Amino acid sequence: MVKPRLVGRIMSDLSRRDVVQALAAAPLVGSFLSKTEIERAWRGVGATAGATVQPSFFTAHEYQTVRLLADLVIPSDERSGGATDAGVPEFIDFVLTEGNEENRRIAVRGGLAWMDIECRERFGKNFIDCTDQQRAQLLDQIAWPGMAPAELAHGVRFFNTFRNLVASGFWSSKIGVEDLRYMGNTSIAEWTGCPGEQLRRLGVRY
Amino acid sequence: MPFFKRRQPHDVCIIGSGAGGGMAAKILTEAGADVVMLEAGPHWDNATDSAMFTWPYETSWRGAVTPERQFGEFDAGLGGWSLPGEPYTRASGTQFDWFRVRMLGGRTNHWGRISLRFGPDDFRRRSLDGLGDDWPIGYDDLAPYYDRVDRLIGVFGSMEGIPNQPDGIFQPPPRPRCWELLVRDAARRLDIPCIPSRLSILTQPLNGRPACHYCGQCNRGCATNSNFSSTNVLVLPAMAAGRLTLVTGAMAREIAVDRRGLATGVIYIDKATGREHRVDARIVVLAASACESARLLLNSTSAQFPNGLANSSGTVGKYLTDTTGTDVAGFVPALVGGLPHNEDGAGGAHLYMPWWVDNQTLDFPRGYHIEIWGGRGMPSYGFMGDIQRLPSGGGYGAQLKEDYRRYYGSVVGFSGRGEMVPNDDTYCEIDPDVVDQWGIPVLRFHFKWTEHEYRQVKHMQETFRALITEMGGTPFGTMPSAEDGYGIAPGGRIIHELGVTRMGTSPTTSVLNAQCQAHDVKNLFVVDGGPFVSQADKNPTWTILALSWRASDHMVELRNKGDI
Repeated sequence: MVKPRLVGRIMSDLSRRDVVQALAAAPLVGSFLSKTEIERAWRGVGATAGATVQPSFFTAHEYQTVRLLADLVIPSDERSGGATDAGVPEFIDFVLTEGNEENRRIAVRGGLAWMDIECRERFGKNFIDCTDQQRAQLLDQIAWPGMAPAELAHGVRFFNTFRNLVASGFWSSKIGVEDLRYMGNTSIAEWTGCPGEQLRRLGVRY
Repeated sequence: MPFFKRRQPHDVCIIGSGAGGGMAAKILTEAGADVVMLEAGPHWDNATDSAMFTWPYETSWRGAVTPERQFGEFDAGLGGWSLPGEPYTRASGTQFDWFRVRMLGGRTNHWGRISLRFGPDDFRRRSLDGLGDDWPIGYDDLAPYYDRVDRLIGVFGSMEGIPNQPDGIFQPPPRPRCWELLVRDAARRLDIPCIPSRLSILTQPLNGRPACHYCGQCNRGCATNSNFSSTNVLVLPAMAAGRLTLVTGAMAREIAVDRRGLATGVIYIDKATGREHRVDARIVVLAASACESARLLLNSTSAQFPNGLANSSGTVGKYLTDTTGTDVAGFVPALVGGLPHNEDGAGGAHLYMPWWVDNQTLDFPRGYHIEIWGGRGMPSYGFMGDIQRLPSGGGYGAQLKEDYRRYYGSVVGFSGRGEMVPNDDTYCEIDPDVVDQWGIPVLRFHFKWTEHEYRQVKHMQETFRALITEMGGTPFGTMPSAEDGYGIAPGGRIIHELGVTRMGTSPTTSVLNAQCQAHDVKNLFVVDGGPFVSQADKNPTWTILALSWRASDHMVELRNKGDI
């Protein structure tokens, strides 16, 4: 097998284009970059979740709420970090700044305000100043649309939107992709189909 | 006095570098023709410009739809439902969306690679059910060309012997994915045939192109040319042979004719400078995509052709059709907590369901095929939206995080792709008021579905819900009502516009003859989706390729005889 030219180069020098070109130059039959070679090349290129930057869309208070709420939606656990570890607040701020959906901006801004209004009415404080128990009391009532009281429908709607944004940013992050054990985005020499164990679990066969 | 050397015209000018244009370029240059190709978009090469292997977290948008790429940030489609400076209009009451990319290789960069031959029945629908019109050719006329296309470009599939789904010269198909086996078994229990897909993705090396490496990202453009796109299989090889001149960023605006009514060349605008140029050619081949080609003809008026070039029949722009479509997705409990594994595969489903019903037993004509989707795809923008639809009903925290993990890969979807019958209310014409930024009058679309299509889509919805239920699953949402058109996608949304420069035996009711040659202008040909007399329950690209090859052979024959 002819070694593609990227083997031996310093990882940080590699660009995505190098890998793509090396693949294109690979001989026709039977020789592909090994999975490890490709993954090593990519790690040098992968973007990292940035350090906390100043939000462009959210106010300081809103951003504090977003950060807290995002971690309540997807917390850290033994398998992976939580939403803030994965750069989700930055992602949401980017999406709302750069996207052209004005209705969604209003919905998120207004939804955060709604949360504060609801908390002030119940507990006399904004969401971020409440206790964990107080926050959970509210979230328990709006996080399951099928069980929510009718008068909290606006909160339910906001939480659906917010949860979607957190999921979008978390599971497409490096942390999220690895947590899911997504094993694709690579080159394989032979497609073997459904693994035997899963065939058995599903009760199907070739 | 200076001596001006007279410029020699090119043998052929081809407008458009997609499937039809690319094929014409290859065949004609191989026959010795000096060809100039005009492409409205920029140079783009899947081998070097693809976003293949890009992780979603390498960009801020995580692969989302953007204004510049309306099928997704990493998708090999520059453009989409709107193009800056290039509007189109709709007649009042019409819902129609027109998809356009502007790039070398056209839609072949990011298409689904579904490569189905039309069957014998598809060429003679009027004879069979009294609707629409028959083609002036039959399957036997095109079969040798389908064979050549299969051998040149490569397609995988299985020999099935289904009468109106002709088998091709197939490479071996990849095995089904886990969830596809569940679909297959459910389909079989409902007596719906579920067979390997027929995709122009190589599973064996062919003509210098390596086999697929199963990253599932065909739509991003293949860095190894293991799937079909016009650029690297047709256009660039023709250029390398030395007889093809490619001009990108060239917006054709009119086809020039002489007093005899023959085409003499193409006037185009260089988009970078805004200046107008003219290329002279003995033969003009239109392949700008069906509606763009019709637009060019309608905008090329002259004393001989006051209603548009080659339009003495008045049928340029008429008989527009798109494929019918609707989707149903659902949650399948059997797939919860699936075994992590690389499920990417080839860039499309490995199984599909060809049309299986006898229309005599139904209240609508024509049929559809079923495409399937789902499983453990690459996470990206919008991942697992609206999880509150799944059994645990929403939530937050540790429970929710675990739900995303276990529900990942448990949604399966079905999409129908069916045959629309041409009708008199569906056509495109030149808008009398609006021009684009180049000063070229734009198209105005008229589009209507009829009861034929609504009933067909109702059948799709019922079938998909039955399939999901048979898999032990729960469809999302309720059956759309008649008022909602049973969930039919708006016209144009399936991006299979056909018919607007249709072929036929009579010059009074068609634009082209059986060789895609204009009845009125013998040195003018159209080789995109325009010549089609009918849709089918099959995607058009493979037929565009076969027709273009056949028409190009005929051009060579005519040229050698001195006819053009």
